[in-house]
Amino acid sequence: MTTLEVADADWTPEFGRKYMAAFQVMQRARLMENKIGALYRSGGQVVGGVYLGRGQEAFSGGLGVQLQKGKDIYAPLIRDQAGRVAFGEEELDFFRTYLGAAPGPMRGRDGNIHRGRPKEGLLAMISHLGSMVSVVAGCLLARRMAGRLGDAVGATSIGDGGTSTGAFHEALNLAAVEKLPLIVSVANNQFAYSTPNDRQFACETLVDRAKGYGVRGWSVDATDLAQCLKTFEAAVAEARAGGGPQLVEGCLLRLSGHGEHDDAAYVPDAIRHSRLGQDCLLRAEKQIVARGLASESEIEQWAARVQKEIDAVVVQVAREPRPDPYRERWEAFSVRGMVEGFAE
Amino acid sequence: MSLTYLEAIREAQYEALNTRPEVFLYGQDIGTFGGAFKATKGLSKEFPGRVIDSPISEDAMVGVAIGAAIEGARPILEMQFADFSSVGFNQIVNQAGTLFWRTQTPCPITIRLPSGGTPGSGPFHSQSMESIYAHYPGLVIVTPATVDDAYWMLLDSVDLDDPVIFCEHKFLYYHLKADALGGRGLPIGKARIVRPGRHATVVAYSAMVHEALRAADELALDGYQIEVVDLRSVKPLDTETLLGSIARTGRILCVGESFPWGGVTAEVVARITAEAFHLLDAPPMRLNSKDTPIPYHPNLWKAHRPTVTTITESLKHLLRY
Repeated sequence: MTTLEVADADWTPEFGRKYMAAFQVMQRARLMENKIGALYRSGGQVVGGVYLGRGQEAFSGGLGVQLQKGKDIYAPLIRDQAGRVAFGEEELDFFRTYLGAAPGPMRGRDGNIHRGRPKEGLLAMISHLGSMVSVVAGCLLARRMAGRLGDAVGATSIGDGGTSTGAFHEALNLAAVEKLPLIVSVANNQFAYSTPNDRQFACETLVDRAKGYGVRGWSVDATDLAQCLKTFEAAVAEARAGGGPQLVEGCLLRLSGHGEHDDAAYVPDAIRHSRLGQDCLLRAEKQIVARGLASESEIEQWAARVQKEIDAVVVQVAREPRPDPYRERWEAFSVRGMVEGFAE
Repeated sequence: MSLTYLEAIREAQYEALNTRPEVFLYGQDIGTFGGAFKATKGLSKEFPGRVIDSPISEDAMVGVAIGAAIEGARPILEMQFADFSSVGFNQIVNQAGTLFWRTQTPCPITIRLPSGGTPGSGPFHSQSMESIYAHYPGLVIVTPATVDDAYWMLLDSVDLDDPVIFCEHKFLYYHLKADALGGRGLPIGKARIVRPGRHATVVAYSAMVHEALRAADELALDGYQIEVVDLRSVKPLDTETLLGSIARTGRILCVGESFPWGGVTAEVVARITAEAFHLLDAPPMRLNSKDTPIPYHPNLWKAHRPTVTTITESLKHLLRY
C-alpha cells in the first residue's frame, strides 16, 4: 500500500496550475449540487431524489482531472459530480436529468445520477453496487482485443459499502487476471447509507484488499486535494504504463445525507469533528490563498461567474418540454422486429 | 456428413468468429479445454486471443460482455450451465436489458445457456431459465429445437443488436443429428409448424418439440392429426402463427420443461384465451415440469418433466372435452 505525502517541493508552478484547475472543478460541482439541493427542498421541480457528493469533491475530481474524454472510460457513481465535471460532462446533462426534461441523454427514462453517454466513454451507472466495475473492464478488454487500447485507462468509483458486494469482488479479480488498465477509487466515507464501517467489513483498511487481488493499492487523505491529485496522477500513470488495476482508497466523510431526504443523524459528532469531517473545498481554498495562487476575492468572483452560468442553465431547462407518455416509444429493443405489442 | 446439435453450435461459433472480427467468446474453460461440453473445441487455436477463459464469475462475465458491446464488440458468452446464469442475473436483466432503453446504446451480446435436464444432472445442472429472462424487458430469448435452428439462430443472435439469451438444450446436444446443415430458416420471432394437423395443436419449444412429435405419432395411431408448433423464440412470441393454428384445430396444449408457476406456457395460454377465445372448442391446457426442484435420479427425473406419456394423456383429455 502506498501513501504519497505532499511536501513543499511538490508545489511546482505546474502542480499549482493543476491544483487550481481541480479546485475550479470542485467549486463548480459544489455549486451545481447546492443548486439542485435547493431546488429539491423548494419542492416541485426535481423529479425523484437528490444525491450529493459534498465533501468528496477532491477525491472524485482528483481522479476526473486525470482522465481524457474521447480516450478514457469513466463510470462515475453516486457522489462523483466533481469527477463528471472534470471529465467534461455538460451541465445541461445534469440539470436535464435531475429536472426530468425531455431533451438530454436520459429523456425521463432514468434520473439523477443514473445518467451517462456510453458511446462517449461516460457510462450510466445502474443502482446495483459493484456492477459497473466489470463493465469498464469489458470496455478495456474489447479495445485491447481490437488493438486500439493504446494507453487509455478506465476508471470507476465505489464506496465502502459497495466493496462488500460479490460484483465488486468478481470484477476486480477479473480485471487483475486480465491486467487491465483500470482505476477503482474507493471513497470510504465511513457510512453505507446509515451502516458504519464496523458493520460493513472486518479488515483494518479497505486498501488492504488490494494485495489479495494482486493489484496496486493506494491510500489518501481524501479531504486534501493536493494528496488526491498526486496519488491519482501516479496511479493513473501506472495503469497507463501497463501496471494493471489500481485500487485507491480515500478516507473522508460525506458532508450530506445519503440523499437530501436523509439528515444523517446517525453520524456521531466525534466523526463530524474529526479530520475526516474536514471540508475538502474549504481546505483547498485556504491552501490557494495561503500559497498566493489566488485571493479570496478572486475565488468569490469565479464562484459568482459559475453561479450565473448555472442559473441560466436552470432557467433554460425549466422551459424545456417534459417527456410525453403518448409520444414515448415504449420499446426496450433497438431492433424493431423484436418488439411485441401487448394489449392494454 | 452428419452433424449433431452441439456440433452445429460449435460450427456457428466458428462461422461467427471467422466472418465478424467483432466477435469473441468468453466463458469458463472454453479456451484450450474447449468448454465443459466441447462447444468451443479447437476454436481457441483457430482464433488466438478471441476465445478467452474467464474466472468463475458469472456477474463479472456478463458485465465484461456488456462493456465490450458498448465498445462495438459482439461477444458470445458461454455459461457453463444455464443454472449458473442466476449469479449473473443482475447484469443480464438490469444492465443488458436496460442499456438501450436508458441510453440508446445497443447491447449486441449473446449469452449461451446450456439448458434443460439430462438424467443424473440434479437440481443445479438441469434448469430451464427462459421464462425468467423473458419476463424482463429488453432481452430476446431463443430456444432452438433443431440442428438447423441451433446453427442459424446462433448466427442470427450474434447479428442482432439486442441482448439474446440463447437457450440450447443439453439433452439435444448428442441425441439430435441432421444429415447435413440446411439453409437459413425463419428469422427470430417466427414460430414454425413442424407437423400439420387438424384435431389439436401442441405448442412446444426446445427439447419438448421432439416429445410432442412422438406424442403426435402415438395419437396418429388412434386416428388423430395433431399439429405441432415449435415456438423457436419465446420472446418475441409469434402469437400470429399460434392463432392461425388454433383457427384450424380449436384445441391447444402448451408444453414446457420449466416450472409450472407462470412462464412461457402460461403466457401462451393467456394470449390464446384473450385473443382467440371464440376459436376454442376446449379450455387451453398447459403442461410443465413438476413444482419441485429437478431430481437427480433418472427414475424421478423422467417423471418430473413432461414426457411422451403425459403429453399424450393431456392431449387425450383435450380431445375428449
